[in-house]
Amino acid sequence: MTKLRTRRLRTILAATAVIAFTGFGTGLASAQTTLLNVSYDPTRELYKTFNQAFAEHWKQETGEDVRIRQSHGGSGKQARAVIDGLQADVVTLALEADIDAIAERTGKIDADWRKRLPDNSAPYTSTIVFLVRKGNPKAIKDWPDLTKDGVEVITPNPKTSGGARWNFLAAWAYAEKAGGNEQAARDYVAKLYQNVPVLDTGARGATTTFVQRGIGDVLLAWENEAFLALQELGPDQFEIVVPTLSIKAEPPVALVDGNVDAHGTRKVAEAYLEFLYSKQGQELAAKNYYRPAKPELADAADLKRFPDLELVGIDSFGGWKEAQPRFFADGGIFDQIYKKGS
Amino acid sequence: MANANLASTPPLGEAAIAPLLPPAHSKTSATGEKAATRWTLIAIAIGFLALFVLLPLGAVFAEAFRAGFGAYWEAVSEPDAVAAIKLTLLAAGIAVPANLVFGIAASWAIAKYEFRGKSLLNTLIDLPFSISPVISGLIYILLFGAQSVLGPFLREHGIEIVFALPGIVLATIFVTFPFIARELIPLMQEQGTAEEEAALTLGASGWRTFWHVTLPNIRWALLYGVILCNARAMGEFGAVSVVSGHIRGETNTMPLHVEILYNEYNFAAAFAVASLLALLALLTLIVKLVLEWLYADQIAGTRRH
Repeated sequence: MTKLRTRRLRTILAATAVIAFTGFGTGLASAQTTLLNVSYDPTRELYKTFNQAFAEHWKQETGEDVRIRQSHGGSGKQARAVIDGLQADVVTLALEADIDAIAERTGKIDADWRKRLPDNSAPYTSTIVFLVRKGNPKAIKDWPDLTKDGVEVITPNPKTSGGARWNFLAAWAYAEKAGGNEQAARDYVAKLYQNVPVLDTGARGATTTFVQRGIGDVLLAWENEAFLALQELGPDQFEIVVPTLSIKAEPPVALVDGNVDAHGTRKVAEAYLEFLYSKQGQELAAKNYYRPAKPELADAADLKRFPDLELVGIDSFGGWKEAQPRFFADGGIFDQIYKKGS
Repeated sequence: MANANLASTPPLGEAAIAPLLPPAHSKTSATGEKAATRWTLIAIAIGFLALFVLLPLGAVFAEAFRAGFGAYWEAVSEPDAVAAIKLTLLAAGIAVPANLVFGIAASWAIAKYEFRGKSLLNTLIDLPFSISPVISGLIYILLFGAQSVLGPFLREHGIEIVFALPGIVLATIFVTFPFIARELIPLMQEQGTAEEEAALTLGASGWRTFWHVTLPNIRWALLYGVILCNARAMGEFGAVSVVSGHIRGETNTMPLHVEILYNEYNFAAAFAVASLLALLALLTLIVKLVLEWLYADQIAGTRRH
């Protein structure tokens, strides 16, 4: 009896082991050239189509097959992963500061990487717009409407989210121009953040809060995210409101020199980034609601979707190197106004 | 999924209590309360279960099939989803046997031997339960990441640990290792060493004693531990998320793939993959039920869940 039992048990154990090890063979990758593009959240749709286009282009040019592996996450988190050893060949992130961090911490990216590609290494730009519920029930037209009583604004936490920093600076830029001085800007953003019921950690989280959970009256969002939400979730539910002034966000791209040299992928990685500036690359950017750096190459029908508005660049804040510590470091302006507000 | 929390209440001690109870096969309850009380309690338990377990589970399946069976099949047979399923099964397939060996070894050591630092080992086994999974993941980044002490060595030798399969497996092993040990330790302690001693006295070798005396005694607890361990290994999100690197079709496990699909507004596909994950969990529970049913007489002799 005991013997029989143990035999059964042995069979079970052996079966477990067999199941465990059959999986091994499937993990082996083929010897094809691969590139790893480490990117931030809202570029998923863009790079899905772009990677396919590039693989076809590369096949035509060189006859070689290339497969692009794609990783997405919060911009800061992704930079951290590359610093910790994620083998990115190219990084396409939300903030200059994130690529700078990789350059400084690892030395794998050349310090003046911004100058290596046209347009400050930003093949596409975006801006911050408002997404409101259909019919715009709170009559939100421009920045001053956001600080009115009873208006709930959804924006993520600028401490953790790259997109949220652009939101903050867009609001600041407007208020500083309208009020004429820094104090006016401080008062405005302090009031604005009093109307924020939840600070999500990332841009997609904030979009989900607004769209799925139905919280808030207005979402401060990337223009491309707002268009995408409209497209994916139905234009019968939301409207885009474009303020008179906003910020020009330049999500940069860079080659990770240290990694491409180790992988022997420099040539194809460089071609990949250059392809972003080609006619096809610019067309795809515009199709995916990014403002192309070279609008003359993109489709006029796609460009028509981008309304004209006054755009302020990060340069007017002295670049990220100055803006980051001034506004978002511990004890910086955001901490001051947010504490005072709560 | 909710499976993870089940383990915090290991049902123990039934074997010890059983002999003290009257041979109660009659319908009257040992505590002697009124029928009304009994039915109220049962209703509360079932109602609670329905509300917090069955309803969400049903919602997952309803959402998954909302776009029709075709869309469901497309979502779960798409290459990235298939890669995620394979990776999840592979990671669990390595982590569970590893923890099986570790769990038996640790509980054997704790239950059958006296040694210095025994209580420390006992406490350490619980560590993964008490620290956040995110920290469990970060530990491996700090150990094996490019900025760690080991980083340059690993890079020189072309060894990838974090942001690759080994990191995912390590993180999974770490968060799931208490499951089997926690099931076994109370039982083995309760059983004591008398039977093993008898076997040894009768001339059995240590190995033979293990196969023919210890293992048959613990196998139901072992099976239960393996099932819980497996469910958690497949469902783990936090720790794996930290070490994954999120490369589509390569280092995304099923829970991570669900999150990605959800964030892409691809709700039907997200729930389709989630339902598959739930199915895998249900499948392990069904395996357990079938085994219990097949071996009902033997279990009654030892213990029951």
